[in-house]
Amino acid sequence: MTAERILTFREAITEALRLEMRRDPAVILLGEDVAGGAGRDAEGLSEAWGGAFAEYKGLYAEFGADRVLDTPISEMGYLGAAVGAAITGLRPVAELMFVDFIGVCLDPIMNQAAFAHYMSGGRVNVPLTMLTHVGAGVGMAAQHSKMLYSFFAHIPGLKVVAPSSAYHAKGLLTAAIRDNDPVIFCVHKLLLGQSEHVPEEAYEFPIGRARIARPGADVTLIGAALTVSVCLQAAKALKADGVDAEVVDLLSLSPLDEETVLASVRRTGRAVVVDEGFPRAGMAADVAALIAGQAFDDLDGPVKMVTAPHAPVPFSRSLELAFMPSPDRARAAVLELL
Amino acid sequence: MSHTAPGNQTSEALSSEDLLALHATMLLIRAFEQRVATLVLKGAFSGVGHLCVGQEAVAAGVCATLRDDDYVTSTHRGHGHCLAKGVDPGEMMAELFGRATGTCRGKGGSMHIADFRRGMLGANGIVGAGLPIACGAALTAKLTKSGRVAVAFFGDGASNIGAFHESLNLASVWKLPVVFVCENNRYGEATPVEYALAAGHVADRAPAYRMPGVIADGQDVLDVYAKASDAVAHARAGEGPVLLECETYRYFGHFVGDPARYRSAQEVEWFRSRDCILRSAECLQEQHGVAPKRLEAMAADAERRMDEAVAFAESSPVPDGSEILADVYSEVRQ
Repeated sequence: MTAERILTFREAITEALRLEMRRDPAVILLGEDVAGGAGRDAEGLSEAWGGAFAEYKGLYAEFGADRVLDTPISEMGYLGAAVGAAITGLRPVAELMFVDFIGVCLDPIMNQAAFAHYMSGGRVNVPLTMLTHVGAGVGMAAQHSKMLYSFFAHIPGLKVVAPSSAYHAKGLLTAAIRDNDPVIFCVHKLLLGQSEHVPEEAYEFPIGRARIARPGADVTLIGAALTVSVCLQAAKALKADGVDAEVVDLLSLSPLDEETVLASVRRTGRAVVVDEGFPRAGMAADVAALIAGQAFDDLDGPVKMVTAPHAPVPFSRSLELAFMPSPDRARAAVLELL
Repeated sequence: MSHTAPGNQTSEALSSEDLLALHATMLLIRAFEQRVATLVLKGAFSGVGHLCVGQEAVAAGVCATLRDDDYVTSTHRGHGHCLAKGVDPGEMMAELFGRATGTCRGKGGSMHIADFRRGMLGANGIVGAGLPIACGAALTAKLTKSGRVAVAFFGDGASNIGAFHESLNLASVWKLPVVFVCENNRYGEATPVEYALAAGHVADRAPAYRMPGVIADGQDVLDVYAKASDAVAHARAGEGPVLLECETYRYFGHFVGDPARYRSAQEVEWFRSRDCILRSAECLQEQHGVAPKRLEAMAADAERRMDEAVAFAESSPVPDGSEILADVYSEVRQ
């Protein structure tokens, strides 16, 4: 057997984009500094960045300025243009560098992309992927650190995915690009360096499917994006406590794989949802309500939620770390249930 | 500030048949809108009607310069753009009635009529939202080298929203084949343009985005047609976007039932005296020798088509209850 092919989450994103752009000439990438140094090819200064998080390195060189488009700092303009391109035959991947910037450009996503298929009576598709960066942990404070995935999951017509690792990042991004609906692809900044085996060929991981990241019998820990690793670390600690925890990785917030969540909770009888988002009307509350409503008779105790506090993301490193759900908090929530 | 057409192209003189076609489009739009007004006041369907009576020359004149496969994005006041782009009046009326046979199967309504077979990418309930979408359609045209052009219709009110400015900038830096057509009807809802617009004219904003800014008499279909022809030719030739401001007027209020107390009777009368259909009829009679009887027959024909459209709508079924969940996502029609 050959050695495993290890890629980082970042490289998995690059690879998914590269393969889809090779496969389908309708796929384009646009956003701020997705190449960098726009227009300076002659001086050899283009593709200076390959994206603010360097996920697009090499794409400009391979596909050129027609398909890797640097935009002005103009999110309303280029996200709206991405919608227009999507309904006329292209398959754009539009980057929103930080999800927090959605405050200046929500309309193209919420009122246009999300509803065009429905409001046209199904007569047009919007094959748009909005790739965006979410989450705290990088010291950028409240305007660059939110999750907001629940915000998009609230809107009918949008699909929302939040991969937890390189393998799923590649599979879900491939699926998102091939999907005929608008997909919000949430990349947690702290996951970009995560690495694991990633197959070389193109593959899709189905949108709307969760996975069991760790099987267990006593309690179900449910996470998404970065909190999957929080859950896995908590499960490891709980093993020493004599508790066998199962971890469900949601991967998609919308559509939500209700069956996988409910089946797990029915087996274990206990549930703790771990969510880096704000607690009000968020992912954790949504999943907790699902479990309480559909699996109440199988529960041995209340559904616990471990979330960020209802507060803006603080800057100071000590406060920021306290803000983010930790393995200790997840473990403590489990122990309260036993 | 000069507002001349881009390039030195001059439109060829229109034939009688061409002008008759423009006249027929304006008659169709007016008949549609007046029928809608009657129906709204009767309570025939829910929702509001934003009518473009008075502004017909803009939709007719601009769309007559377009190919069938060119793209148009429209506004909450979009019936005229749809009709001028060739959308079926019966399907539009059925949409207003919320029927299953409507352009959007009854799920869009007046502010969201779209017909992708006709390049009509959608009216829009959000002011300014159509401009970036038109940029995207133009980007598709440019990257696929289809030779298509996108036209974004919008009002004077939309020229103050961010999407307008971002779109003009983006279209200019990317040199997109898009024509931004402002229908300056002098009011954003109940607010006069001179109060809300810091510039003298919307077209004055064009030079800041390094594109031609042109003003047309929006109550003169020939002027609109001539200037739109040049603007569309400019965009189609790969020369980049154009901002075309058409000075026009809406005879009704913002919506059917708005008494429009924010303007004087004299003002309305003055604009009505310059009515686009009256002027086009005069031109046809005096310069093209068209008999008044023929013009009367054309108006009667437009009314007959409205009778048919309303009959089609009224006899169409309401959507099945399952339509609530159909087409939220694209996979399958439930």
